[in-house]
Amino acid sequence: MHLWIIPLLPLAGAAINGLLGKRFPKALVNTIALGSTGAAFAMALWVAAQFAGLSPDQIPHIERYFTWLSAGPFSAEYGIYLDQLSLVMLLVVTGVGFLIHVYSVGYMEHEGGYYRYFAYLNIFMFFMLTLVLANNYLLMFVGWEGVGLASYLLIGFWFLKKSAADAGKKAFITNRVGDFGFLIALFLLIKHFGTLQYDSLWKLVSQYPVETAGAGLLTAIGLLMLVGATGKSAQLPLYVWLPDAMEGPTPVSALIHAATMVTAGVYMVARSSPIFNHAPDARLAVAIIGTLTAIFAASIGIVQTDIKKVLAYSTISQLGYMFMACGVADYVGGIFHLVTHAFFKGLLFLAAGSVIHGLGGEQDMRQMGGLRKYLPYTFWSMTFATFAIAGLPPFAGFFSKDQILFATWSSGAHILWLIGVITAGMTSFYMFRLWFLTFFGEYRGPNPANGGHGPGGHGHGAPHESPWVMVVPLMILAVLSLIGGWIGVPHSLGGSDRFGHFLSPVVQSAASPEISSTPGENPAEQESGSSELTFTVISVAVALLGLLLAWWMYYKQPELPDRIAKAAGGLYTFVLEKYKVDELYGTVIIQPIIALSANVFWKGIDRGLIDGAADGSAAGAQETSDALRHMQSGNIRSYAGWIAVGATAVIAFMVWRGLR
Amino acid sequence: MVPLSYYLVLSAILFACGVAGFLVKRNIITIFLSIELMLNGVNLTFVAFAAQLNKLEGHIFVFFVMVVAAAEAAVGLAIIIAVFRTRETLNVDRVNLLKL
Repeated sequence: MHLWIIPLLPLAGAAINGLLGKRFPKALVNTIALGSTGAAFAMALWVAAQFAGLSPDQIPHIERYFTWLSAGPFSAEYGIYLDQLSLVMLLVVTGVGFLIHVYSVGYMEHEGGYYRYFAYLNIFMFFMLTLVLANNYLLMFVGWEGVGLASYLLIGFWFLKKSAADAGKKAFITNRVGDFGFLIALFLLIKHFGTLQYDSLWKLVSQYPVETAGAGLLTAIGLLMLVGATGKSAQLPLYVWLPDAMEGPTPVSALIHAATMVTAGVYMVARSSPIFNHAPDARLAVAIIGTLTAIFAASIGIVQTDIKKVLAYSTISQLGYMFMACGVADYVGGIFHLVTHAFFKGLLFLAAGSVIHGLGGEQDMRQMGGLRKYLPYTFWSMTFATFAIAGLPPFAGFFSKDQILFATWSSGAHILWLIGVITAGMTSFYMFRLWFLTFFGEYRGPNPANGGHGPGGHGHGAPHESPWVMVVPLMILAVLSLIGGWIGVPHSLGGSDRFGHFLSPVVQSAASPEISSTPGENPAEQESGSSELTFTVISVAVALLGLLLAWWMYYKQPELPDRIAKAAGGLYTFVLEKYKVDELYGTVIIQPIIALSANVFWKGIDRGLIDGAADGSAAGAQETSDALRHMQSGNIRSYAGWIAVGATAVIAFMVWRGLR
Repeated sequence: MVPLSYYLVLSAILFACGVAGFLVKRNIITIFLSIELMLNGVNLTFVAFAAQLNKLEGHIFVFFVMVVAAAEAAVGLAIIIAVFRTRETLNVDRVNLLKL
């Protein structure tokens, strides 16, 4: 199917725009960037149509192009692996990516470095497609690192702002920690299986026993992969970079830090399901990390006042749900939530970007309010997204979140389920808080609402709706946020769970049949009808509770939150300051490393030992020469004296030899 | 007959006097004389060994040395006169225009 064209299209766009774009007019830059991404999306749709015609034994469809590197018995190919999982990812990445490219045309219109922005965005698309389409882990790792690079470049897009440059570095360095774990997992795979090709690796792994009795090789590999995933997907304890990554342009937050790149960890875990299915302990760790992250991030999101920070913590929390799903072996649920999340969280960020754009750069929700009147299209699309993430039917997030919570309960992890439900309530609360604060009540911004578009130009007038090029992607994503979940309507609600049936060959058939860690699954399937409905009612009730609470606190009684904050006192400040995790990391890890680097490695080894050796030998040579220089006085008689001394010494030596 | 060692010791003393004079004295003429002293100290060794070993080569070397010394004296004295004419001094430490 010539799948190699898909990732190469954005790469070509990036090359043209990156190398030559500086002289291009904006229209040409747009054409190249949007054209290459749009063509990739069109081709992805064509591939999907072709894929539907493949018979089950032709799946996975693998295209091998050339051997990329070989070292001894190990070799890695450049090849593409297309199965249901990578097809879903391919469509999400190209589709949402294309919409965000379109949106960026409006959002970045007034910014410098226009061509640079689109070149970075295209190179991100290339690496992300490499990541999801690769047919071996090493190629996936290339994409994995590449999206990290693109993320770094785009977070630090306004690199003259110190906070943006710092945030970029923080993201990059935090990801290094995770990548370290991922790399070691790959080394272990190479050492014990000799290959990183998915197809041959799954065959070898399936011959291993399930490590239920105790931790073994696969558990170690799984845990190390989890370390990698926590870095890329911003899970505890490596989530700290994602809130700071909001320094980047808002479309970047939507594309990279909400819809696609941060879900790479979830994709990787789902892709590695044969390994995790053989290592229940590692999978349990995935579930626990995901659940803890979900509630932890949600609790921070409740008190943030920066609209993008709320969404950032919300993203971390929703990623936690995806990990939770993968951790209880419901990979389908995890990927389902990944897809719906890409729609509604991408939309939330884009709508937030539209609000920020309309207010000329204001991000503090306390300065907003009443924007429903000024930005009607943004308001309605934001409404769709908010209902979707809160998990209210019939919006997309309802189906995916419900499936995850039900799968968690049926796997027997009732405590995780409880935490998940509480988090669902918190999610609903903080999202409706954002919704009410931004769009309802009175406008609290500095400019009088009747000021109109003042002569001061852009960003100084009253709030205004964004241009069409930004609004249309919002509306498309709003529709997707509504209907996106209908692909996976569960049986209990009269659907046929088509998404689950579509994906299940990837994540089930690869697993060995005797999975013992999910004892509740089979009985649950049988009794699913009524009990799943009960759980649906519970989660909807919790979401409504969050909605009502937010309505009461931020619409009905707007002075109430301040009173509660005062009553909570230190606790409120503690949560507002993000549990001081950054400060904790600073004291426990970063300061000691800086001290160690400065005192031992820099001053001790680098300056003392290495520079000392170089400088010392130079200084020694100089001092010796300085002393010897006095022999070269230019005075003939002193030369003669030296000759006489030398001759005397030679004679004395010969006499001494003779006497001996 | 006078033993060989007497000649050798005398020639060593002559040579050492020449070296000492060369190193210590500042007057060009004295230095020049010191060089002659060293040459003749060496000549004495040559003839002493030649007589002792009954060989002709030592005598031949002595003639060579005397010829070279004569030529050197001619050139050297000419240089000394030239130096004195331009610099009006015979002190070698003050003939230092080439020194840095």
